[in-house]
Amino acid sequence: MVFLDFEQPIEELTERIARVKEIGNTEKVDVSKTIVELEQKLVLAKQRVYKNLSRWQRVQLSRHPERPYTLYYIQQMFDNFVELHGDRQVADDKAIVGGLASLNGKSVMVIGHQKGTDTKSRQYRNFGMANPEGYRKALRLMHLAEKFDKPVICFIDTPGAYPGLEAEERGQAEAIARNLFEMSRLPVPIICVIIGEGASGGALGIGIGDRILMLENTWYSVISPESCSSILWHTWEHKEKAAEALRLTPQDMLQFKLIDEIVQEPFGGAHHDPAQTAATLKNTIEKYLTDLLVLNKKTLVSQRIQKFSTMGEFAQK
Amino acid sequence: MNWFRRVTQGIHTQMSERKEVPDGLWHRCSQCKTTTTTRAHKNNLWVCTNCDYHSRIGSEEYFEILFDKGTARKLFGNLIAKDTLDFTDSISYKKRLQQSQKKTGLDDAMQVAVGKLNGSELVVACMDFSFIGGSMGVVVGEKISRAIDHCLEHHLPLLIISKSGGARMMESAFSLMQMAKTSAKLTLLAEAKLPYISLMTDPTTGGVTASFAMLGDLNVAEPNALIGFAGPRVIKETIRRDLPDGFQTSEFLLEHGFLDKIIHRKQLKDQLGQLFAHFRQ
Ligand SMILES: [Zn+2]
Repeated sequence: MVFLDFEQPIEELTERIARVKEIGNTEKVDVSKTIVELEQKLVLAKQRVYKNLSRWQRVQLSRHPERPYTLYYIQQMFDNFVELHGDRQVADDKAIVGGLASLNGKSVMVIGHQKGTDTKSRQYRNFGMANPEGYRKALRLMHLAEKFDKPVICFIDTPGAYPGLEAEERGQAEAIARNLFEMSRLPVPIICVIIGEGASGGALGIGIGDRILMLENTWYSVISPESCSSILWHTWEHKEKAAEALRLTPQDMLQFKLIDEIVQEPFGGAHHDPAQTAATLKNTIEKYLTDLLVLNKKTLVSQRIQKFSTMGEFAQK
Repeated sequence: MNWFRRVTQGIHTQMSERKEVPDGLWHRCSQCKTTTTTRAHKNNLWVCTNCDYHSRIGSEEYFEILFDKGTARKLFGNLIAKDTLDFTDSISYKKRLQQSQKKTGLDDAMQVAVGKLNGSELVVACMDFSFIGGSMGVVVGEKISRAIDHCLEHHLPLLIISKSGGARMMESAFSLMQMAKTSAKLTLLAEAKLPYISLMTDPTTGGVTASFAMLGDLNVAEPNALIGFAGPRVIKETIRRDLPDGFQTSEFLLEHGFLDKIIHRKQLKDQLGQLFAHFRQ
């Protein structure tokens, strides 16, 4: 288990418990009482840490290296997943994956950002930063879903769309804009879940749906806390302050009525029990899908457009 | 998102140093440094008579250039931003809004008007870069949304003139969702088969480019405008090499297939009139 800086008390207690257990084994002494005491302390330490997470700490959890990514959720929640590749124009973007899968015997289209789990695969996935081809692959798959009347489920987890030279040449802005437009009117149910990082247009590019859910330790914002800090204070050091100012947590987003539901994670984060996280998420998705599948297409699309048209408050003179 | 990050090649000056329309007697071209009278510059539609540089101008100037005299009527002038997040950086967002309103005489970074262009009615929504870098917050999104409603109700075509650094950071996720909102509303205009022309001017970047600006039935631009998703500095830092000459200019976008046409400001009215006429005939 990789511990984050603010998890230090938990890390220390966990290590002490391991050490005491080891001593108990090798020295053949009874350590059960000490273990019980330490484990009680651990429970309290976890409560102190995890029940008062700051906004920045949630950002850190959203980027935890052991956090489950899109392909994990797909494998846990669906059967018969067949990955489909390519945008039919330029390339197959590895930062966005997608394909057909069965949810309780019914086919759906699943699409999501994909990050890597080690140095090599992180590079292969371009750290979850898609090029225009990724957004165009996603759109191709959505049109396929439309044609065969399959619901679409999107998993969002990206530090942003890739700001590269070729990305600009091939129209990163157009690719994202096109997805916003086409997803707004796609006549099949769309459910979007932020499973990690929801950074700006790169997240929104597969983020227009009938229901928008966020896992508990994730964030959604127009800009990352680091970039925000570098703009406002000309250094990355004030990322905590920036995270507070941006109000980017699921709790903030729900309060602002920009999302529909927060999906609970196991205590300490999704990586503490990925299977449980996937099970909870699956239940939530099924619940919303049941609601959406009874709507006729016209109602579905007009409710979706209405949903996004009313986001944001303003004053009148 | 990156309204502050506009960079490059000495063409663009810093936001704080720059005025949209010089109010003194003399105008000095920010590119070729040639001096003319302000009146001559204005008579040339704020385009340099020497080097053809298109000065950054605001919504009032575009309305003056495009609408037939005395036909324009402003819409939705009563909307102002609300600081829902209680955002503060060097100064509070509330204060920044007040200062910008005072400095520019505008309510926010967009004005909408309905009027006639060469005799035909249309709605024009135009961004103002002088107002917090032309950033898109809820008011900009809402004005576009209402402009589209007005087009639908009165069966009118739409022109949106973009000039923006992108989304407005001080409105965080609310500003991000304006990308969704404007794009979603444009589907209704498309369904009604009402033409929408997007005119991109210097600069058009970030969340504005990645939403309504790239969604025109026709995408057109003024010459040599900076148009892109990421700002040049961010790209340079990412790829760690210099950017080619002319990268992210209108001409670059035309070459790569993302614009229908580049239109010189002096031909803007007539060419837009001609294009809209094609959709009517
Ligand atoms: Zn000049």
